[in-house]
Amino acid sequence: MFEMASNLTTTTTPRAVNGHSSIYLPTIAQVVDVQTETAFEKVYTVRLPGGQNLGHRPGQFVMVSIPGVGEAPISVMSSPSRTFDTFKLCIRNAGDLTSVIHNTILPGDYIGIRGPFGRGFPLEVFKGKDVLVAPGGLGMAPARSLIDEILDNREEYGRLIVLYGAKNPSEILFRDELRAWRQRDDIELFVTVDRPDESWVGHIGVITRLFPRVQINPFKTIAVTIGPPVMYRFVVMELLGKGLTPDQIWMSFERRMKCGVGKCGHCQVNHRYSCQDGPAWTYAEALAFEEAL
Amino acid sequence: MSLYILPKERLPGFVDNLRAGFRVVGPVRTETGYAFADIRSADELVLEYPTTILPPKKYLLPQRETLFTFRTGKAEDGAQQIEVEPVFQDVQPTVIFGVHTCDMHGIVLYDKVFSQGYKDEHYCARREQTYIIGIECLRPCDDASFCKDMGTLTAPPVYDLHMTAVDDNYLIDTGTEKGERLLLANVEAHLATTDDIRRLSQTLSAKWPHFRHRLKMTKDQIPSLMAINYGSHIWDTLGERCLACGSCTNVCPTCFCFDVQDEMALNMEEGERARMWDSCQLREFALVAGGHNFRASKASRVRHRMMRKGKYIQQVHGITGCTGCGRCQRACLVDITIPGTLNALYDEMQIDLSSATGA
Repeated sequence: MFEMASNLTTTTTPRAVNGHSSIYLPTIAQVVDVQTETAFEKVYTVRLPGGQNLGHRPGQFVMVSIPGVGEAPISVMSSPSRTFDTFKLCIRNAGDLTSVIHNTILPGDYIGIRGPFGRGFPLEVFKGKDVLVAPGGLGMAPARSLIDEILDNREEYGRLIVLYGAKNPSEILFRDELRAWRQRDDIELFVTVDRPDESWVGHIGVITRLFPRVQINPFKTIAVTIGPPVMYRFVVMELLGKGLTPDQIWMSFERRMKCGVGKCGHCQVNHRYSCQDGPAWTYAEALAFEEAL
Repeated sequence: MSLYILPKERLPGFVDNLRAGFRVVGPVRTETGYAFADIRSADELVLEYPTTILPPKKYLLPQRETLFTFRTGKAEDGAQQIEVEPVFQDVQPTVIFGVHTCDMHGIVLYDKVFSQGYKDEHYCARREQTYIIGIECLRPCDDASFCKDMGTLTAPPVYDLHMTAVDDNYLIDTGTEKGERLLLANVEAHLATTDDIRRLSQTLSAKWPHFRHRLKMTKDQIPSLMAINYGSHIWDTLGERCLACGSCTNVCPTCFCFDVQDEMALNMEEGERARMWDSCQLREFALVAGGHNFRASKASRVRHRMMRKGKYIQQVHGITGCTGCGRCQRACLVDITIPGTLNALYDEMQIDLSSATGA
């Protein structure tokens, strides 16, 4: 139905040994900029050798590695529309690899990149439709890729609605962009936090509290939700309540991944491999898998 | 390609000739059972063996395998730098001698997994230099096997040569041209006569009554049985018994999942990234950074293994995910078995059906 990503060759520089090349060999790429986003997240700007374009679509991920530490899947934050000779990754300090990245990687340093992998969001299906994007927490990073892509090709899409939930004000990502989006009249933005502080004047509560604030045309809306697993069933209920059908609802399934190429078995959701068949799925697809939600 | 006849007395000469040009591995007797090992002299090779502890998968996907080496360091301007170099381990002309038909079915699956989609050349490079010499099973290994149920008691078209013991001879089928060349270059074998082939047919048809069925359902019913029973309470019962040791997946000819780990040399500048067998039965298998575990309970992990064997692999690759070799049953410390599980699920279905019809 959708094209599977197999554009490995666009980013790897496989050195052949006796005519053999390895799908596990990372391309060594340079980190050209590091920005602190919150206490937990930093944004890394990465340049592939020769400034090669990553050639991804929103919703895809790359395998990021530091030799001697390990490798982990990270969603691409930058949109294809803003990806030329560099791309951006928003990385949370959450595990063994990401803590080393946070603590040691500075501009000028090198990291390993493989990918992009997975099936991204099918923009050809989204075009001409209203798009409702509902990220929670770090889900805002891959959502940025989609939102920026739509903003940069604004006339090709209908309404753009963003419902963003964060735990607390200090964990809100991309504050500058959110401020800029508020100034635009072609993006409808609502932000809520679970636990406000004294400075917070916005919405309070979990992300589902935002849904009553927007009306959508259920006949021409695509919804995309990206966040922690616990969030999906509640967001999906809201979307179904608005009259969307399961195949109008897209979500992204993060799983443990060791290879990214459909071999190692870690990311399986029932018989499907999230790294290949996902991580973007429709709720209609997810319904067929007991392990999805 | 044809059928050849080789007198059994010429087998040692064949093996010794192969050893001159190949790494030859095959079943040998060890203190703890039969195991595939390097054949150092022809008399070590045992072709009438019940089963081996591990399947020959260890020669196609080593328990630990280096994927690439790396060197890290600082440039003059202080920036960190990285060099990587792929490694293709154990790529050498190899003959795997004496592979049972069930284990050949496991190799069929491996070939699909590692060659389809993104081609895994670490596997394929090794596989391309590997010859498979099968041996027809004429007697059951033991009570744990259920190859007859799983349709793996006949050889799939993955062998280069396939041998069947018929009286004082081996009837050898050539599955590939390179297999035929391997045979004719290393031993004096003649084309089988019509008499030889008649005796081969008699041997093959006579073997079936020796093998018994253990499953109450046919293999084609298993995927549906698994689909219907995803929510069965049996998974909870098995989960309470399971020790989550991973022995079952280690010995399984169709388990191929792996972990990837980096290892640093003592100088902290060089190292390698390697993959090693992993097990979906271990707690960490589906654990993600941040602490969420997609299969936290042992019940969910036992179910995942059984679903893979009975349904998922069939869905993805179109062939059965269980070869009926019985190794997981032999390895399990708490007697969790695939036939026992499938039959229990099947029995439950009969109870449910009879209660539904009021019988």
